[in-house]
Amino acid sequence: MNLFIASVQRDLLVHFRHPSEVLNPLIFFVVVISLFPLGIGPEPGQLKEIAPGIVWVAALLATLMSMDSMFRSDFEDGSLEQVVLSEQSTFIFVLAKVASHWLLSGLPLVLLMPLAALLLFLDEAGIWALTLSLLLVSPTLSLLGGIGAALTVGLPRGGLLVTILVMPLYVPVLVLATAMVQAAEAGSDTIGYIYWLLAILFGAVCLAPIATAAAVNVATDQ
Amino acid sequence: MFKWFHRLGSPKIFFEMSGRWQVPLLWLSVVMLTGGAAWALLFVPPDYQQGNSVRIMYIHVPAAILAQSGYVMMSGAAAVFLIWRIKLADVAVKCIAPLGASITFIALLTGAIWGKPTWGTWWVWDARLTSTLVLFFLYIGVIALRSAMERHAGAGRACAILALVGVVNLPVIKFSVEWWYTLHQPASFSLTEKPTMPVEMWLPLLVMVVAYYLFFFAIWIMRIRNEILLTEKNTDWVKQWLATR
Repeated sequence: MNLFIASVQRDLLVHFRHPSEVLNPLIFFVVVISLFPLGIGPEPGQLKEIAPGIVWVAALLATLMSMDSMFRSDFEDGSLEQVVLSEQSTFIFVLAKVASHWLLSGLPLVLLMPLAALLLFLDEAGIWALTLSLLLVSPTLSLLGGIGAALTVGLPRGGLLVTILVMPLYVPVLVLATAMVQAAEAGSDTIGYIYWLLAILFGAVCLAPIATAAAVNVATDQ
Repeated sequence: MFKWFHRLGSPKIFFEMSGRWQVPLLWLSVVMLTGGAAWALLFVPPDYQQGNSVRIMYIHVPAAILAQSGYVMMSGAAAVFLIWRIKLADVAVKCIAPLGASITFIALLTGAIWGKPTWGTWWVWDARLTSTLVLFFLYIGVIALRSAMERHAGAGRACAILALVGVVNLPVIKFSVEWWYTLHQPASFSLTEKPTMPVEMWLPLLVMVVAYYLFFFAIWIMRIRNEILLTEKNTDWVKQWLATR
């Protein structure tokens, strides 16, 4: 537990000292969302219909952008290797990394939702469902992305490779999340989808760090 | 029994053992493929709904079955490598990834060709097609990671971890036609029930499935043997073997 809290504190402190690393993906998110009305046409009815998809794609791209730096700076200055070599649990360390990544990229995305809703003319039911789905799924995105980040941390141009590796794992979650938003907009019950997304989240919390810890071990040549 | 498996982990013994099986396996699979294809194209009666376009099934269905079980085999080899550190298992993973990607591509392509006359569209984003496309991307991911980490010592273990992570998708593909009632038809073959097709139609399908499996194994073994020759080219036994060619 100490390792967890200490790791999260350290990561938050480091990132608050370099806010650009945190803000860039969020600005990217808003920019991508703004590009769609320019590309598709500014008609509110049309935008409202595809708004959940646009927001989700933009959120995925923003998350993938910030994923690469999850382990990279620790790898480069050697502290990743030190943590792996110590008798502390790599599982907890990885979980702490993912938690701080979520606090710095997933949670701000959820908080930016009202802005996205404004830009894309979403109505109230849509906003609630979209925010809830983003809240439920963004930790899963960070967890699964951690696997990709750990697998490619030693590679020079790992950024795009993380996208290729992790995108197939994101597809089921994306499908469920957008189905949930569409169901909410149609007025039907979304509790089934919420259960599914929670189940996937809990499964990912238990299993993804195992793979991530193994990948971190590989990256530090253990 | 375990001793036999462990002996197979030695490149030299695997090479010798597979050398005896290689040619017969390849010939058998080619004979079954041509025989099965001829049977499917010429002697199977046309379907009452689809007419003659049902014959693509005999290419598409075995490819799709093999695409999924190929990934299971790859993750099995990956697990063997991670648990028992048998290097030949890593070679097996490296050799099966492009094979699996190709056969998934064949399944998607022939499925699209079959879909055009029967469903009226080349593609539809239903559960089975989407999850098979995801399977294709998973194969591509393993290939991409291997080629990015080629000179890294931990490349084998990283690809093995990735292969095991992706195996979560397999139950989704297999049961996608049962969990969601979308366009792709449910399974016609199952281990526990009678097939929903008449025997004139499922018997050549069975022949083609077995033929595809044998062909897949034959090509996989050929690739592994090739890789063994490449990595062990400085050993005595390889030099001797090459001298006798």
